[in-house]
Amino acid sequence: MKHLMSPLDFSVEELDHILDLANDIENHPEKYAHACAGKKLATLFYEPSTRTRLSFEAAMLNLGGSVLGFSSADSSSAAKGESVSDTIRVISCYADICAMRHPKEGAPMVAASKSSIPVINAGDGGHQHPTQTLTDLLTIRSLKGRLNNLTIGLCGDLKFGRTVHSLIHALVRYPDIRFVLISPEELRIPDYIKENVLDKDHISYKEVERMEDALPNLDLLYMTRVQKERFFNEEDYVRMKDFYILDKKKMELAPSDMLVLHPLPRVNEISVEVDEDPRAVYFKQAQFGVYVRMALILTLLEIEC
Amino acid sequence: MLNVGQLNEGFVLDHIEAGKSMEIYRYLKLDKLDCCVAIIKNARSNKMGKKDIIKVECPIDMLDLNILGFIDHNITVNIIKDGVIVDKKVLALPKQLVNIIKCKNPRCITSVEHELDHVFILTDPEKEVYRCKYCEEKYTGHKKKH
Repeated sequence: MKHLMSPLDFSVEELDHILDLANDIENHPEKYAHACAGKKLATLFYEPSTRTRLSFEAAMLNLGGSVLGFSSADSSSAAKGESVSDTIRVISCYADICAMRHPKEGAPMVAASKSSIPVINAGDGGHQHPTQTLTDLLTIRSLKGRLNNLTIGLCGDLKFGRTVHSLIHALVRYPDIRFVLISPEELRIPDYIKENVLDKDHISYKEVERMEDALPNLDLLYMTRVQKERFFNEEDYVRMKDFYILDKKKMELAPSDMLVLHPLPRVNEISVEVDEDPRAVYFKQAQFGVYVRMALILTLLEIEC
Repeated sequence: MLNVGQLNEGFVLDHIEAGKSMEIYRYLKLDKLDCCVAIIKNARSNKMGKKDIIKVECPIDMLDLNILGFIDHNITVNIIKDGVIVDKKVLALPKQLVNIIKCKNPRCITSVEHELDHVFILTDPEKEVYRCKYCEEKYTGHKKKH
């Protein structure tokens, strides 16, 4: 039985297989419409995340399965003080697979260690968010045609932005990847990512503060939201939240084939006027998220169609 | 030098940095042992000027000394059996530390679920970096001097 805690839990070959499967699902949805009939997905969301939760639920429903779960810690037994270990032991009796989001880092790993069903990390604090990474990889591969030889701008909250951390981990396994890390000094990428991933694998990267300086040289711009819930101090959040705003004028600096990705929800960091630009693919990205979660569920449940 | 009786079976931990013996006493949980433990502080040392020494009289399979590699791998461990030194243990950095140090990341699951083991993995032996198994936070607390 396999769990998904980090994008690195899959080899590049296994990832390729999941992305191929997701593309096949996209092209032949009817073939998979009953693949998970009789199977149940538990969505254990200890903090609110409409998007990720609904994406998982849509994925399971598209496969003909059913879903159960909770969408905040208040409506779960956690409010009564139950441990993650105990909760997953119980949920293992009710469902065939589980997706867990938790504000505390490492909670899904604790669950996986006690679970008798596959556990998918659907985001743990500022740590990892592997299914967003699978979504990003599928989006990039489908729309760029490759996952190698790319210059990728990561912009915004690179300190607490787990989607960015996970994406870096996943992309460094492909050849000729270059990063431009665009953030205010306070929200720079953590040292452990620099030391253990970028420096260790001799990945080319530079850190800049101005988005305008980076835009002309990018194949992809990955925007992130500054997340209020990651700050202990309201004052710091207010100071950082509108640091970057991508608008039509800035898009004029970017190459004609540069893609703009965003894990969503977007607040102010991408102006709505950018939505009409064909390079803005963040809503397509959300659709790819469903396909890749379908592929992941099939893979972890070892269902072949 | 002050002479604290000869051991028949046990360990002599020598070349401990002066003043660190009580810390090691706690790490090794020697207070839990029902055996003879001698702590010598500030002993004269040609090599170090001053040093601490701990002598523990106990069966030699009773103590897990791997933790010493984490605290200070310059400590000399003499293993005594039948009154003579039968082995000198070479200390290495343990690959994993369980319940020796605590994760200080307030976002880590261990900060709210107190029954969980605090597990740290040696992720970079060269730089002696340990990271929490759950949240990958780097351990930045006490570290030995070189």
